[in-house]
Amino acid sequence: MRTIEDLIKEHRFFKDLSSEHIETIAGCGKNMVFKSGEYLAREGNPADQFYVIRQGKVAIDIVTVEKGTVIVQTVQDGEIVGWSWIIEPYYWRFDVRAVETTHAVALDGKCLRGKCEKDHDLGYALLKRFSGVLARRLEVARLQFLDVYGVQQGQAAVQKTKGKRHGTK
Amino acid sequence: MARSKTDPMTPAIFHVKRVIRETEDTFTIELIPSNGTTGFSFKPGQFTMLYVLGAGEVPISISGDPFEKRCLTHTIRSVGNVTRLLQKLKAGEGIGVRGPFGSAWPVKASQGRDVIIVAGGIGLAPLRPVLYTVLKNRKKYNRISLLYGTRTPEDILYHQELMKWRSQFDIDIHVTVDQAGKSWKGNVGVVTTLISRIAFDSTQAVALICGPEVMMRFTIQEFRQRGLNNEDMYVSMERNMKCGIGFCGHCQYGPYFICKDGPVFRYDLVEDLMKVEEI
Repeated sequence: MRTIEDLIKEHRFFKDLSSEHIETIAGCGKNMVFKSGEYLAREGNPADQFYVIRQGKVAIDIVTVEKGTVIVQTVQDGEIVGWSWIIEPYYWRFDVRAVETTHAVALDGKCLRGKCEKDHDLGYALLKRFSGVLARRLEVARLQFLDVYGVQQGQAAVQKTKGKRHGTK
Repeated sequence: MARSKTDPMTPAIFHVKRVIRETEDTFTIELIPSNGTTGFSFKPGQFTMLYVLGAGEVPISISGDPFEKRCLTHTIRSVGNVTRLLQKLKAGEGIGVRGPFGSAWPVKASQGRDVIIVAGGIGLAPLRPVLYTVLKNRKKYNRISLLYGTRTPEDILYHQELMKWRSQFDIDIHVTVDQAGKSWKGNVGVVTTLISRIAFDSTQAVALICGPEVMMRFTIQEFRQRGLNNEDMYVSMERNMKCGIGFCGHCQYGPYFICKDGPVFRYDLVEDLMKVEEI
C-alpha cells in the first residue's frame, strides 16, 4: 500500500524536494474523503490546511448577492488547492466544495508553518511552489476577467470590425 | 462548389433546409443548392460568404461534415444586422453563397500524429469539420484530444455531439466554462487550464487552435511549456473580410490576406503579427 510519503514523493508539485523535506511534509498529512457537496474549506475560516487532490473534483466558490454561489475555478486529480495557509493572515479567501466524491491528502498548514519558520530551506522551497500556484490562479482570473467570449465584447468588436467570420468568435 | 469555378464574385443561390438553435445567440443553418447540383466540397477550416439578399454579405466558417456533400452547414453567432437576418430565415428561403474560400487545417498532414484541438467559444465551429474528418479516419491518427472552453454552461455548442463523441472513448474531450453556478458539475476555468490534463507526445503532436486571439496566445504559451514547437501549432485568424479572394485588401494582415492566405496559419508565420496592436 502506498503511503502519504510515496504520494508526496511522486507528485510533480513536490518534485526535487529533499527526502528530508518530503518526510517532514508527509508527516503533516492525512488521507481524507469528501462526499459530493461537502466543504473542504469555508471562506473566512482559519486556513490551517491545504489539499493535494488525489481523485475527484472540487470547486472554488464565492457567494455573491447577485448571482448566488459562483464557481471561480475547479481543481481536480493531481492538483493543489489552498494557498492561504502560507500567506498571512492565514484565512481561507474562498469556499472549497467537493463537486463529486473526492479523495485528498490534507496537509496541516499550521504545523508546516512552524516547521518552515525553523527550516528556512523548507520554507523557501514551499513558498516558491505556492508562488507558482498563486501566479497561475492570477493568470486564470485575469483571463476570466477579460470575458473573451462575452456578448458585449463581441458586439463591440463587430461594430469595430464588420465582416469578421461569425461576427465574432 | 461547382459554381464558384466560374466566377468567385457571383453568389450561387442556396435554400435554407433548416435553422437549429444552438444557444441563446448562436444558431446553425443548413443550406442546400437550389440548382440541383450534385453537391460541393470544402476543406475543414474554409469559409464562405453568405449573402442575405438585399441586406449584405458576411464571411462565415463552414461547420458541417466535409463528407456530407449535399448540405452546407454554418454555425453563426447572431451579433450584427446580417447575422440576425440569417437567424430569422425560414426553411425554403434563398440566400447567396460564394466560396468556399481560404486555407484549411492540416488534417491530412496530421495523420500519424497526436492531434490536439483547442476551441474557444464559437471557435469550435471551424474546427468541427476537423473532428468529423479525424473521427471518420480514426485509425490514421494517434491520440486525439478536444479542449473546449466557453463562457457559461448555456453557451456550450453541439452538446449532443460532444456527448456522443465522448461516449466513443477514442477521443479525449475536456470542456470548461469561464463562469458557472453551483449546480454545474463540470470544469470551471479558462481553456488553458485543460492543457495540463491531456497526454500527448510533444515531439509528434500538432495543435489546431481557434478562438479569441487572447485565448489563442495563452494557449500557445502553455503548449510551448509542454514542448510543442511553433511549427506544430496552427491558428485561425479573423479580420475584416469583403471580397473573400484577396482583391479588396480589407483583411490584410501584414504580408497576408486572411481570406486568401488564411484564415488558418501555421503559428510561426504569424507569431510576430499577433503581437502587433491594431494590425
